[in-house]
Amino acid sequence: MSKVKDKIDYSSMPDERGHFGVYGGIFASETLMQALDELKEAYQNSISDKAFQAGFDADLAHYVGRPSPLYHAERLSKEIGGAQIYLKREDLNHTGAHKINNTIGQALLAKAMGKKRVIAETGAGQHGVATATVAARFGMECVVYMGAEDIIRQAPNVYRMKLLGAKVVPVTSGSKTLKDALNEAMRDWVTNVDDTFYIIGTVAGPHPYPAMVRDFQAIIGREARQQMQDQTGRLPDALVACIGGGSNAIGLFHPFLADDSVEMYGVEAAGDGLETGRHAAPLCAGKPGVLHGNRTYLMEDKDGQIIETHSVSAGLDYPGVGPEHAWLKDIGRVNYVAATDKEALSAFHQLTRVEGIIPALESSHAVAYGMKLAAEMSPDQNIIVNLSGRGDKDINTIAKIEGIEL
Amino acid sequence: MSRLKACFERLSAESKKALIPYVMTGDPHPDVTLPLMHAMVEAGANIIELGAPFSDPMADGPVIQAAAERSLEFHTSLHDVFAIAKQFREKDDQTPIVMMGYLNPIEVMGYQSFAKLAAENGIDGVITVDMPPEEAEDYIVALKEYQIDPIFLIAPTTTEERMQKIAAVASGFVYYVSLKGVTGAATLDVAGVVERVNLIRQYMDLPIGVGFGINNAETAASVSSCADAVVVGSAIVNRMAAQKDKKTEQTAIIVKDVTDLLKSMREAMDAK
Repeated sequence: MSKVKDKIDYSSMPDERGHFGVYGGIFASETLMQALDELKEAYQNSISDKAFQAGFDADLAHYVGRPSPLYHAERLSKEIGGAQIYLKREDLNHTGAHKINNTIGQALLAKAMGKKRVIAETGAGQHGVATATVAARFGMECVVYMGAEDIIRQAPNVYRMKLLGAKVVPVTSGSKTLKDALNEAMRDWVTNVDDTFYIIGTVAGPHPYPAMVRDFQAIIGREARQQMQDQTGRLPDALVACIGGGSNAIGLFHPFLADDSVEMYGVEAAGDGLETGRHAAPLCAGKPGVLHGNRTYLMEDKDGQIIETHSVSAGLDYPGVGPEHAWLKDIGRVNYVAATDKEALSAFHQLTRVEGIIPALESSHAVAYGMKLAAEMSPDQNIIVNLSGRGDKDINTIAKIEGIEL
Repeated sequence: MSRLKACFERLSAESKKALIPYVMTGDPHPDVTLPLMHAMVEAGANIIELGAPFSDPMADGPVIQAAAERSLEFHTSLHDVFAIAKQFREKDDQTPIVMMGYLNPIEVMGYQSFAKLAAENGIDGVITVDMPPEEAEDYIVALKEYQIDPIFLIAPTTTEERMQKIAAVASGFVYYVSLKGVTGAATLDVAGVVERVNLIRQYMDLPIGVGFGINNAETAASVSSCADAVVVGSAIVNRMAAQKDKKTEQTAIIVKDVTDLLKSMREAMDAK
């Protein structure tokens, strides 16, 4: 990491209008500008509002079940024979993924702003479930937009959302996946902007979303930093997290950015392989552009049209990525790599068998790369892999791939 | 003088309002767009809003998104939009063309190259839906260098403070989005529109176009009583969509359907 100058003040990003270097910003239609302004103000006020922060912390402790453990996967580490792998167990949160850290925060903001209706987009369904959950908890009306394709891939989560009282709206436009659900949620917000709060599930979208979601997710990294020092007496040597939009990764990375000794790896979905073009890895194989309210790396064709992505994991199947990641890539602070469907599936089985932990397919990408990295390191080094979600939701997908009838 | 400025001055001298139809380039087939543009002018259109398709048109409703998808089946690019504009100019050097689209295709081309090519091919103004004035500094510089008017939207939610910000950078005209929501949404509250348009006039001298929710002659006429221009989008695109699978005489049928609508609007607007 010699490229990184210690002069960079990571905590000062983004600027007033949401820029991380040339990335981020507010590229939204005029109808939303006022709503984004109000949101920015509410979010900024909440940062210094002790009562708000105390309410957030209390919910994280008593409703989500934080802190989530940092677990030393000893058997897995031994089997690989390299660095020690520690798993940050976001899968043990209420609703089974890191997503709820953010939805609690945004729902509290919605409440503070007097909004009675929340909407969300979802890919894997984890963010939809986390939104439906907090909507139930706070007594708010909830509508979740989900690609028709994803509704099939993630049927258990669709049912979960309905049980929680949310209305799940299938999106049949475009590629019928996460990006199209985001378009549709944005349209709902434009139409119902007076009474509706849009809970975006990742560190993308127009400012203040990338910064706000990061701040709500940074609890992951703050805890992990403390836990690692408590357990090993020092900082980890490397961090690994999967990247769709990038919220679990930025949540883990952000509190460590100023620690130069800590290497970071963001793992994108290589799908069938980066060389095939059938993947969802804009940082590894895309170009900068503007989509969904911010400037960032995108999967696009020569004319600037967004191209369809492919990943076995619905949660990573997104053609963009949070703008802070785009910036961290360009300044060289974080390494962005990719794991294929095949590697993720193999990691899924290995972790399940060796540690008795069933990881989400999204998180399996991080596990796959983490194991590869560990093998190149020595046993006295430590890696934290963010286990962003549990895999129960994926068992139908996996059984189907492997030709097993449930 | 720019074509847009000349157009509004001409209409003003005749005490008429501008009728601005929107068509998506290449929808439902690339061969339809050019003859339709000429026919629309004959039917009473004063300015043509030429859509550039984008894969993720998040400010538009399902009608325009479907039009973009139909157009993208033929891989319609900004170069195709320019080519249509250039061909149009061979017969019509007076009717302004305003391109409407999303930022990413323009980003990929680069603001300078985009502005240069747009100007060379006879495009007079550009509306980029997801480009607010706050991010638009370089974009505006590039457009103005080539005498292209950057046209901005004003929404029902736009504050007076923002109206001033928009007034400082906009030229050509401003486009008042008369409904919260996306294109092609429900019906229009005309009294509310009058109130907003009058408010906007306090902050700028530019002509004001009103669009979203105008789908018949009656609404067009009542909106034109307060606005300088009436924009008709989804009502036209719906007529194109209805003929999308037509194999023969597709252009002729679309031209008839669309010009019938425009003629009725023109007549009602002029009768006011």
